[in-house]
Amino acid sequence: MPLPDLPEARVVLRAAAADWREAVREIGALLAGSGATEPGYTQRMIDVIDEFGAYVVIAPGLALAHARPGDDVREDALAVLTLDEPVRFGHPHNDPVSVVLGLAVTTSESHVGWVAEIANVFNDPSAIPRLAAATTVDEVRAVFGAAPSVEEDPA
Amino acid sequence: MKIVAICGSGVGSSAILKLNAERALERLDLEAEVIAGDIESLQTTAADAQVILTSPELVEHIGKTFADVVVIDNYFDLAELTEKLERAIG
Repeated sequence: MPLPDLPEARVVLRAAAADWREAVREIGALLAGSGATEPGYTQRMIDVIDEFGAYVVIAPGLALAHARPGDDVREDALAVLTLDEPVRFGHPHNDPVSVVLGLAVTTSESHVGWVAEIANVFNDPSAIPRLAAATTVDEVRAVFGAAPSVEEDPA
Repeated sequence: MKIVAICGSGVGSSAILKLNAERALERLDLEAEVIAGDIESLQTTAADAQVILTSPELVEHIGKTFADVVVIDNYFDLAELTEKLERAIG
């Protein structure tokens, strides 16, 4: 199953974030601003990290911000934020983080196919440095194995 | 053999960990059922599990268990997963 589209509205490169909270707020704003979630989903992603710690930093330099499916998720979506200056999430081995993925899923089952795709992408150790260094959305899409595309109509 | 991959929400990171654990088991030629779950349902899902796979950040939330708790730093590093799973169950 292919990954969901990465429209321009869900990718921000070389952003400034003072700390992990700000980074998660920014990725949450991409998901909410592009219609994938209600704004409250952002706070749920932050709450998960407040409660359980920085386990979302699943590889060196990479955080997968996400929360459970809920009424505040309108569609399965992926967003990508890279940071000009990496921030610490508090993970003992994988800090600091320069690439934040934001994941929103409507049901526990709906995303299983593209989680496999995410694993395929990141099992290649060059994926995180390539994302961190990307300067265009097409470079990001290329890392995810997607062809460069013309700007989609926001549905 | 049952292995439970745990994250805070039961979707996303635990699903990635489950998938790569299955790939590591294949490398080791070992058979096991791997399921993804969240911390809250852990007492039920892991009651009969031999191994719990998780992040260093979640270990303190696991509580009492008879399973081997295997801590994975890099969820995408199949070499790390393979080596740690082999040590736990090989």
